[in-house]
Formats: sequence, structure tokens, C-alpha cells
Amino acid sequence: MANVINYISNAAIPVIITVIILYGLKEKKKVFDIFLDGGKEGLEIVIKMFPTLIGIFLAVGALRSSGIIDLIVSVITPITNLLEIPSQIMPLALLRPISGSASMAVAVDIMQNYGVDTLTGLITSTIMGSTETTFYTIAIYTSAVGIKKTRGILIAALAADVAGMVASTVICRILS
Amino acid sequence: MLNILWPIFIILSFIYALISGKVNEVNNGIFESLTDAVELSITFLGTMCLWTGIMEIAKQTNLINKMTHLLKPLINFLFPDLKRNESAKQEISMNMIANILGLGNAATPLGIKAMKTMQKENAKKDTLTNSMMMFIVINTASIQLIPTNVIAIRTSLNSQNATGIILPVWIATIIAAIVGIAFTKFLIKKVK
Repeated sequence: MANVINYISNAAIPVIITVIILYGLKEKKKVFDIFLDGGKEGLEIVIKMFPTLIGIFLAVGALRSSGIIDLIVSVITPITNLLEIPSQIMPLALLRPISGSASMAVAVDIMQNYGVDTLTGLITSTIMGSTETTFYTIAIYTSAVGIKKTRGILIAALAADVAGMVASTVICRILS
Repeated sequence: MLNILWPIFIILSFIYALISGKVNEVNNGIFESLTDAVELSITFLGTMCLWTGIMEIAKQTNLINKMTHLLKPLINFLFPDLKRNESAKQEISMNMIANILGLGNAATPLGIKAMKTMQKENAKKDTLTNSMMMFIVINTASIQLIPTNVIAIRTSLNSQNATGIILPVWIATIIAAIVGIAFTKFLIKKVK
């Protein structure tokens, strides 16, 4: 089972890259030139992200090295045990709906400290991949058309986030 | 939000360190964090440029239109109120495709366009319509073919199996999306 899942996961990227390039060739596009153009965008994204990364790493590094994270973790462990989520992941779960770059930095911090291929690392990765910056998304789309009454949409979106987090935990536990 | 949280994190940490006598650790922690951020960004660059490059090719071909066609039944199920609003449906499917392909920069402007089109037919201009609610919830569930950011980070942290999370991410995303959609269908009925 774990082998099949691994195979599908590993085949996904080469297959998608090949299909897209073949499609470009079929339509007689200058695929390499287009690739270079798009690549520049990636550079811009990382450069734009860099100051955020420094800022968040600073704050998270301070929280961790002062020992305050251990304190918080020990307080919330009873709750997380109930949901079977490793308590080290809680800072991520709390930040994830609020800020994309901040939660990304926290995820990196968790994986650096508890190992990227450990259960905690896998759950962290899966949560990052399967959830979104909920508050930001809702704010952007409602403010774009000047809407104030959202009919409880935040609750539905947060319920989806929690479901995604619990599902990530369960799936990774089954796999490892 | 972070304008409040960020200073609180730093000040709280420093006070706690003073009390518990860990000032030295915090001092070292600060500079280690900065080096980590630099190293991460450099390794991050490779995967990010690969994906923005590949997805640019996808964007410039007919692939997106083809995929839009495949989404029709799903769109009709999720947005029953948009029966005759073809342009809104078109924009919504473009937004969903951009999300699936991980084209975040393309997805948001397309999504805003879709919101504006739906707002034209909205009788109560300050309240979300049923279709708008569903549209936003789907956008908060990150439906993505390849979770590129996460893979980039896993690679940069020397994972033995950086792409091994793809299938778990798909499953978790689908579960999250189903819960979000079901909850929204419920809210559409109950909250007017």
C-alpha cells in the first residue's frame, strides 16, 4: 500500500511536466523561451517572500529558544491528544488560516526541529499542502465587491481547515 | 494581524527568557534563525522557478480551456443558481483550473473577476449570494495538483522522499473540500 502511494506521488511530477511540455510542442510554442519567462516569476516570488521569512523566523526562533513554545505546547497537549494531532504542530494549526508566509516559516521550523521525514514532519507537510490562508482569501474576495454580510462563511471555511488538518494527521499515521 | 502578533511574540519571548534565565539561548536563537531563512530561500529558489516556468507553458496553451470543459458537471452541481450566467461560470472554472495548476497569481485576479460578475446579479449588494459563498469556500480549500511550495521546502530540508506527500495531500484536500462544501450547502439553506 505504502509503495503504491509512493509510486503515484513520485510519478505525478514527471508526468505533469511531460504532459505540459508535449502540449506546448503540439501547439508549436517556443516552450523553452516561455519556461524562462515563467521562471523569472519564481525568482520574484522568493525575493518578495524573503523579508517575511526573516521576520517570522526571528519571532518563531525567539519563541522557541526562550522555551515559551514548550510552555504553550504543554498547556494545549490535552486538547491535541483528543484530536490525535501531535502537539508540536499546534502553532502551525493556529497560524495557518491567518498568514500564508508565517505558517510556511513555522512549518519549516517544525520540520527542521522534529525531522522532515518523521511523522510530525509528514503531517506538517500535508497540512501545509491541503489547507489555505482562509482569512486572507475571504477578506480579498468579499472586499473586492464591497460585501459586509458573509452569512457565516468563515465557520464553513474553518470547519474545512480543521477537517483537512485531522485528515492529514490520520492519513500520515496510517502511512507511517 | 501580524502587526499585532509579531511584536507580542518577540516581546513575550524576551521577557520569558529574562525570567527563566535563557537570555543567552535567545541571543543565539536570533542569529541562527536568520541563517536558516537565508539558506531556505536559496534552496527554495530552484523548485519555485521550475514550477513557475512549467506552469507558464501550461498557461500559454489551450490546456486551460480543455480542462474548463471537464469541470462543467461539477460547476453545475456547486452553483445551481448560475444556470444562465455563462460568463460567471466561465470565470469560476478558470479560477478553479488556475488553483489546481498552482497558478496562485493567476487564480486571484480571475476569482475577483468572477465575484464582480456575480455581484452584478446580486439583489442584496452587501450580502453574499449562495453562489458567492460556495465560490469563496472552494477557494479557501486549497485544491492543487502539485503542492509545489511544500515539496520545495521538503527538498531544501534534505527529505529522503520530498514528493511522498502528494497523495496524502490530495486525500486531505478532498476531505477538507467535501466538509467545506457540505457546510456551505447547509448555511445556504439556514442563513438567509
